[in-house]
Amino acid sequence: MKNILTIMKKELRRFFGDRRMLATLILPGLLIYVVYSLMGGALTDAVGGGGEDMEYRVLLHGSSDMISAVTLNSGVNITYYRCPDCTEEHDRDTAATGISEGSYHAYMVIPEGFDNAVMTYDPAGGLPAPEVKIYYNSSDADSSAAYSTLLALLNALESSMANRFDVNVSPDAGFDVATEEDLTGMLFSMLMPLLLIMLMFSSCMAMTAESIAGEKERGTIATLLITPIKRSELALGKIAALSVMSLLGGLCSFAGVLLALPKLMGGEELGAVDASIYTVGDYAMILCVILSTILVFVSLIATLSALASSVKEASTLISPLMLVVTVIGVSGMFSGGAAHLALFLIPVYNSVQCISGVFSMSYEPMQIILTVAANLVTAGVFVVVLTRLFNSERVMFKK
Amino acid sequence: MEPILTAQNLRKTFTLSRKQQQMEKTNQKVKVAVDGLSFTANKGEIFGLLGPNGAGKTTTLRMLATLIRPDEGDATLDGISVVKDPDAVRSRVGFLTGELKLEDFFTPNYLFDFFSDLHGVSSATAAQRKAELFGKFGIDRFAEVKVGNLSTGMKQKVSLVISVVHDPDVIIFDEPTNGLDVLTAKVVTDFLLELRERGKTVILSTHIFSLVEKLCDRVGIIIDGRMVACDTLPAVCGGLSLEDRFFELYKDCKGEEA
Repeated sequence: MKNILTIMKKELRRFFGDRRMLATLILPGLLIYVVYSLMGGALTDAVGGGGEDMEYRVLLHGSSDMISAVTLNSGVNITYYRCPDCTEEHDRDTAATGISEGSYHAYMVIPEGFDNAVMTYDPAGGLPAPEVKIYYNSSDADSSAAYSTLLALLNALESSMANRFDVNVSPDAGFDVATEEDLTGMLFSMLMPLLLIMLMFSSCMAMTAESIAGEKERGTIATLLITPIKRSELALGKIAALSVMSLLGGLCSFAGVLLALPKLMGGEELGAVDASIYTVGDYAMILCVILSTILVFVSLIATLSALASSVKEASTLISPLMLVVTVIGVSGMFSGGAAHLALFLIPVYNSVQCISGVFSMSYEPMQIILTVAANLVTAGVFVVVLTRLFNSERVMFKK
Repeated sequence: MEPILTAQNLRKTFTLSRKQQQMEKTNQKVKVAVDGLSFTANKGEIFGLLGPNGAGKTTTLRMLATLIRPDEGDATLDGISVVKDPDAVRSRVGFLTGELKLEDFFTPNYLFDFFSDLHGVSSATAAQRKAELFGKFGIDRFAEVKVGNLSTGMKQKVSLVISVVHDPDVIIFDEPTNGLDVLTAKVVTDFLLELRERGKTVILSTHIFSLVEKLCDRVGIIIDGRMVACDTLPAVCGGLSLEDRFFELYKDCKGEEA
């Protein structure tokens, strides 16, 4: 145990004593913050939904031959529904529930006698124009797409009629029924898994390759191998130190992403994306998942690095892994949640699912427990393999 | 004379890659580096392994220092087998070879403490030994300079000091004076003599005849992985100079002029 600590302290001293190495830890987080903040709302439009053949289900209140004709002839697949018993206009909350549940994508309210009112409306009269209201949920990609489609069609109609009516002009009506939680949850659960996994992997990669393949390349590991410490102590000491460092790097990046995402989404003015909706418990879960994932990454990369005879060779060995990790990270963007529990036994994939789950507030504690346990076991296996490699003269003294 | 280190029938082979086979112009896949080597080193003596490049000197020493495992045979140090209990052997030997490097990033001061810790030396003892050894080799002025910024000679001195942090009974030195200027080489050879005076056993490998003549009590001559002669210096030489005797042995062994 004492030897593990000695090795660990040496490794930590090596990295913390070196300003350049320290910079590689902290810079990614800082860069993300700066770059994302600068990028501003550029990404908002990119979070698209819909698609060519998408059928938009629109709950309709009131009627207008004009609007029906325009929308139905537009080639866009819109199906109107009517709520049979409603004589009164739905309030905003009922609309919101329906959209969130997915029973329809948008709720359009056309005032009574709209067609007539439009025909007789005098733009110079100073009275407000007849208004069509469309409720939608911007955090739901399909609802958002339905809204833009309807809006585009109606705007085209409106301009062809010399602006005799308006769409969604009532101030403070809250046509976007998305809650702060919806929006934040969607954005974070889509982007966070990929970003976090990639950042964790890259912060582990450089340091671990340097610490193991680098020591082999420079012949300094042999000096350690002729001391009476056990190979397992060497393996554990190195992995512990590298994990501490990677965790630090990972947390810096995590903080960077957390602070930058609201800015990236241009949400600060709207107050729409806010990381404070998550509880301390949520963050604790994320931390557990991150830590266990880092252990997997470090032990895995350490094992590959031990097989390589130089840092360069190590990077070559690690790069295919990087690709795999990226693909797994991307899978988090499209996951529907509620996956089978057994899937949480697959290292890295489970981490992605958990992070995505926590941010979309749809995780179960069992998933996190399985993930952490599976990751710890995986890391343990790699520590054993690494110890064996340290014991193998063919691996350690290969030229 | 009390034997402290006994090597029995040590054999080590390496697998050659296709490229290495081409370079050596051979079809054999296996190269025998050390072939049934046996010898004994006694307590308190300097034992020299003399041989040309590629004779298997370094391989032998690496096996004795437990860095690699013999394919066959065994060696015991104080009765402890290098094959069965390498960890125990490691705490009793000091090993110095060009292959063992120190990390450029750290200072001699830090590295001395680090390796003392790994060898389980108490901090009081370590501090005392550090002061003594750093003073003797003139490292004290460079104690806080990173190893990467030291001169070759100073690096070698630091490596030497680090290899004996735990005050081992047996010290194995592979070509201890290679690449050193005469002044530094003298510091090193003086240190070896001093170790012998203190009752330590030194095993060293070299291809320099004068070094053997100057230092060694007994010598083993290795050619092609085999021990062709092993005895006290006068007994091996038999009236000839070591150099003449070596070429005679070499000729007998290879059947041609060297």
